[in-house]
Amino acid sequence: MHAAAKPPHRRPLIPARWAPYVFISPFFLLFAAFGLFPLLFSVALAFHQWDPVGGVWSMRWVGLDNFAYAIARDDWLRKAMFNTVWIALVSGLPQHLVALPLAWFLHRAFGRWRNAVVGAYFLPFITSTVAISLVFSSLFSKDFGLVNAAFATLRQVPVLGWLMPGQAIDWSQPGYTKWMISAVVFWRYVGWNTVLYLSAIQTIPPELLEAAQIDGASPRQRFVHIVLPLLRPMVFLAVTLSLIGNLQLFEEPFILTGGTGGIDQAGKTAAMHMYAVAFMDGDFGTASAIAWLLFLLIVGATAINKRLLGARA
Amino acid sequence: MRRRALLPLPLACLVARPALAATGRTQLTVAAFPDLDRSAKIAIESWAASHPQVEVRLTTRAFDDHHTAMTTAIATGANLPDVMAVDMDYLGKFTQAGGLEDLDASPYDARAVAPLLARFTLGPATGLGGKLRALPADIGPGALFYRADLLARAGLAEDDLTRDWASYVAAGVKLKQATGSYLCASAIDLKDILIRAGLSDGQGVYFDAAGRPQVTTQRFVQAFTLARDARRAGIDARIAAWSSEWSEGFRRDRVATQMMGSWLAGHLKNWIAPAQSGSWRSAPLPAGVSASWGGSFWAIPVRAAHKPLAWDFIRTLCLDRAQQLEAFRRLDAFPALLAAQQDDYVAQPIAYLGGQAARLQWRAASERVPALHVDRYDQVAKAIVEAELDQVLEHDKPIPQALADARAAIERRVRRY
Repeated sequence: MHAAAKPPHRRPLIPARWAPYVFISPFFLLFAAFGLFPLLFSVALAFHQWDPVGGVWSMRWVGLDNFAYAIARDDWLRKAMFNTVWIALVSGLPQHLVALPLAWFLHRAFGRWRNAVVGAYFLPFITSTVAISLVFSSLFSKDFGLVNAAFATLRQVPVLGWLMPGQAIDWSQPGYTKWMISAVVFWRYVGWNTVLYLSAIQTIPPELLEAAQIDGASPRQRFVHIVLPLLRPMVFLAVTLSLIGNLQLFEEPFILTGGTGGIDQAGKTAAMHMYAVAFMDGDFGTASAIAWLLFLLIVGATAINKRLLGARA
Repeated sequence: MRRRALLPLPLACLVARPALAATGRTQLTVAAFPDLDRSAKIAIESWAASHPQVEVRLTTRAFDDHHTAMTTAIATGANLPDVMAVDMDYLGKFTQAGGLEDLDASPYDARAVAPLLARFTLGPATGLGGKLRALPADIGPGALFYRADLLARAGLAEDDLTRDWASYVAAGVKLKQATGSYLCASAIDLKDILIRAGLSDGQGVYFDAAGRPQVTTQRFVQAFTLARDARRAGIDARIAAWSSEWSEGFRRDRVATQMMGSWLAGHLKNWIAPAQSGSWRSAPLPAGVSASWGGSFWAIPVRAAHKPLAWDFIRTLCLDRAQQLEAFRRLDAFPALLAAQQDDYVAQPIAYLGGQAARLQWRAASERVPALHVDRYDQVAKAIVEAELDQVLEHDKPIPQALADARAAIERRVRRY
């Protein structure tokens, strides 16, 4: 009779007590490399002068100079901030003013087709920004664009023709640039907000709306007195997302204005200016300082939004 | 066994070796932008035969993206190519910092081959410490391209465009009245030429050799005045170059001339207006101005992995006559190598330009271009000057005030670094 062969005891590669940490380490490693390090490096960069073409060893400590320059002396940043806030308001407000009643309408009017219609509204949000911007560039072409062609056609219609511009609009002129960008941003994100509001409407107990209907409330009254108050938490979330997105607006104005901000920099946003300072001026330090100033602006705007919409929500 | 499975994936990745190492081949990485990448592909074909143990990996990015990617690659050392392309417009930014190899030093000794190349390219390619940091592959001698048929309809001749600037503007007014076409796409183009007028070797467009802004000089006053006069005369279409309206403007006879590098002939022929073959002509720039547009250079990053091979490849790109001529024939990339400029091909007529032997004209133009000093902040100054010109053209800002503001803005931005 032989004793059962016992496998030779081998020292484990990794001690058992480390196993949980090893299993959880990928997240922390990736977060440290791609989340935390860039954040901390950006903070450090904001206090340095650094032209990256000179290599990482060419960094030089300048203290608060980058912030002082950006706040007090960078007149292009001031202009870009003004443009950013302008576009954020002009494109952002209508998004919500349209998306709220639109979501209510979609909720009531479309039965089995609702998802298909919602998908159509949502399509611009998931389409490539570059493709959208290039298409809109063609639409807004002064001589060959469909927008001016439509105006020219409508000009022939009696009465309506009086309301149309007398000649083709040069959309690249400073007076039109921000309107053009705002129109594209509005068109792109109104579907996203509609989906947010529609999903919130669907969580409202149907008996509330049915009770109001039995009491004789019209659809408009139900929307104003029941739906809107109950949507307040979602309005707060959607407006916060719009604030963050619009204050960081980059792709649409960048492509629509050829990366320059357009004539008189009328369409240059703060994010575009930050990019130009980094990659054109070769001043990554000031660009980082601008990034943190933009962050503070977003925090401030979100705090105001919370005070206005969030508290009662 | 289960514990062995805990071996983290990253460790496995570290242990793994690139497949290339197993084959014993070296990989030379080259980064370029269109259409220069096509020139590199031609070089790779010929170079592969003499370097069977080297695999050349070419990475192409859009023009601006390429230069952005090279900036970050040099900054971080990640994805750094062995050979990188740099356009003339970005040359100052790259050569004036410490990220590119000194080609004057051994084993390159590039100064010895400098006389073989177009003289005016060496000024811009000379950077930090007065050292050569890049070699030119192609150049863009400035030319005035014009629609001969539209000019004929307006009763105008080439001399009306090139005699002097007053004549150029007057011709534009006449052309507009007779044909409805604009003489130029943008008044800003005129500014870009005139600020280069009268410069000599060693001078810079925006800064002098000591780094002082030059934007309040008479050159800029004249350039701004001409741009404003052209706008007031209504001879510019207010179209930015390379926009869809710009190319469409040529196709629909809306714009009759364009001043640019000689390489524009290739773009016109290949995609902008192929249907207008025979209608275009090339002329020297107005008022005897000599300038160049663009130009492609090759350089080696300081931290490149295969510097000797990289230099060998650059020699093929820039100093090989056959390579330069092939790129000239296929891509209309006017060679920087003087020996290639002497080839019979230069004297051949160009069908697209109505049989004109325009390359001879471009070669003569390149010989007159001064070797200008480029500054690392040229692009910053350019953006500021154009912003002020916008103020003049759109809001009638007085020119002296605009230029003074431009100078102040440049000093404010540049002095900090």
